[in-house]
Amino acid sequence: MLFKTITKENLRTFITNIIKENQTFAPVVVSTDADNNPIYQFKKVDSFEEIKINYTKSYSSIKNFFLPYKEDLSTFHFNENGWEQKINYRVNPRVLFGVRACDINALIKLDQVLMKGSFPHPYYIARRKNTFIIGLDHEPMADCFCQSLDTNEVVHGFDIFLTDIGPKYFMLINSSKAFNLLKNITIEEVKEEDRENYIKEKNRLASLFKSHVDVTGMANLMDIEFESSVWQKWGDKCLSCGSCAMVCPTCYCYTVCEKINLSLKTASKEKMLYSCNLIDFAEVAGGHNFRPKSSDRLKYRYYHQHRGFVESFDESKCVGCNRCQKACPADINPVEVLRDLRKENIK
Amino acid sequence: MEFSGIPLKKLRAAFFDFTSCEGCQLQILNHEKNLPDFLSLIEIVNFREISSDKRDDYEIAFIEGAVSRKDQIDRLKDIRKKAKLVVSLGTCACYGGVNAIKNNFSIESMVDEVYKENKPETIPVQKISEIISVDLEIPGCPVSKIELEYIILCLALGSVIEKKKYPVCIECKQNMNHCFIDKGSLCFGAITRAGCDSICVNGGLPCYGCRGPSASVNWMSLKNILIDKGITEEEILEKLSLFNSLNEVIKDEN
Repeated sequence: MLFKTITKENLRTFITNIIKENQTFAPVVVSTDADNNPIYQFKKVDSFEEIKINYTKSYSSIKNFFLPYKEDLSTFHFNENGWEQKINYRVNPRVLFGVRACDINALIKLDQVLMKGSFPHPYYIARRKNTFIIGLDHEPMADCFCQSLDTNEVVHGFDIFLTDIGPKYFMLINSSKAFNLLKNITIEEVKEEDRENYIKEKNRLASLFKSHVDVTGMANLMDIEFESSVWQKWGDKCLSCGSCAMVCPTCYCYTVCEKINLSLKTASKEKMLYSCNLIDFAEVAGGHNFRPKSSDRLKYRYYHQHRGFVESFDESKCVGCNRCQKACPADINPVEVLRDLRKENIK
Repeated sequence: MEFSGIPLKKLRAAFFDFTSCEGCQLQILNHEKNLPDFLSLIEIVNFREISSDKRDDYEIAFIEGAVSRKDQIDRLKDIRKKAKLVVSLGTCACYGGVNAIKNNFSIESMVDEVYKENKPETIPVQKISEIISVDLEIPGCPVSKIELEYIILCLALGSVIEKKKYPVCIECKQNMNHCFIDKGSLCFGAITRAGCDSICVNGGLPCYGCRGPSASVNWMSLKNILIDKGITEEEILEKLSLFNSLNEVIKDEN
């Protein structure tokens, strides 16, 4: 890792150049919520001016640049001799600008499963390797609880990461690609006052967190509280709509179906992101459903977040972005669910 | 016609219209780029909108619209006798559709409101399955052509037709829409069966549930959420009854 600084003006030039030469995605306003707060999404931008650099967080996560909601795993062409299979991992290089630390940490968690796991996912790897990530620090929102999950700081998983230290950005440079790209732009060595300002700003950002949840020992607690009435309480609210998993930066469960095209000459194997909250997630051949109750399905979503993933990787799958609550029509709040669980344990 | 070396029989299909706007029939002719392939899977023997040529040797009868006149009942029973497979096409055929709003008022007051003279004979609106047995229902106002293509393909191949069990929310998130409920507005996407690709929300309108309930409906929770947003129970029930498609959802409440 290299540490440099860049003036705001030079950053603008740098990003403008990137946009000119690459498909670049960055936060833009798409809507407003009931309280008149802007809703942001990562969309393709054509100029620096379109980017909402002081955005809060995107409504959907950047996960879908790496795990699209739907993707063809392979296509089949039928001919006289049978069929021919085509697999395409290729993806055009693109740039994501303005990615939050929690979202980069979410990618690192996905990397564990989809790049470093026993069954690497070539489609994910192709997208990951061809995406240049420029991260950006921000003041936490009132509902951000990433600090509790240790995901408010990043040390890898990105190309460049920027922290606003007043007149300029403190810049972490984490790839040779980033280093080469920056050759055409003026960047400066870190001076003593920059280091001071950086640490001050980091401390300030860390002090702004209002939402906290204690996840220590949560994996055990989940097992101990398997029969807890907490699951029923939140399950009664749950609409089983799957919105939480769709916007979650780390939910990667999916379904696969084979589709024959109308021409009868071609077919495809399509992967679609699914949610463990959906009624038929645990339905098996023959029609038996292992989790017909919505409270059970909700419970198992939390199990994957705070028990299953911990067992495999010694950390929660959740990064504390709270997108699930924002997207949940029933306003199911992960912090409250976990607190409920802990309270019952103390009793 | 064959698939992977297996010969397939072209299905003889007929399309019939009852009380409706005929929009679902128009959908059959949409998605032009796929029409040649679509028409290679079925032989249309009766379809007033495309041909005056009519035959009665159909295997599959697609019924668009609801029943709102006595004479339609005999016509429907005759179709049932001739068809091997009867399919309700669209929300009117499956649930009564917007026509069923009529059932909330007396027949006389409705006829008087709409017609000054030549007052027609009319009966309360019924869905097709209230009159004859129906083998397959394809809801939607209008039906999704993509879904219809899939179903025709399944029928041609003799494969299982899989109905989506999850609600519209999934497709809505796939389309990166912002939730209407988060905007403080009414939306029934969370209890409505997916398959429309959240077309209304994509276009800026909330979901009013034309496709009927999804396989897992938590009405009490959704109702409480909407009331919390400041939407009156009266408005909720009025919107819920727009297509007559979500009635069974309220039945659970009582």
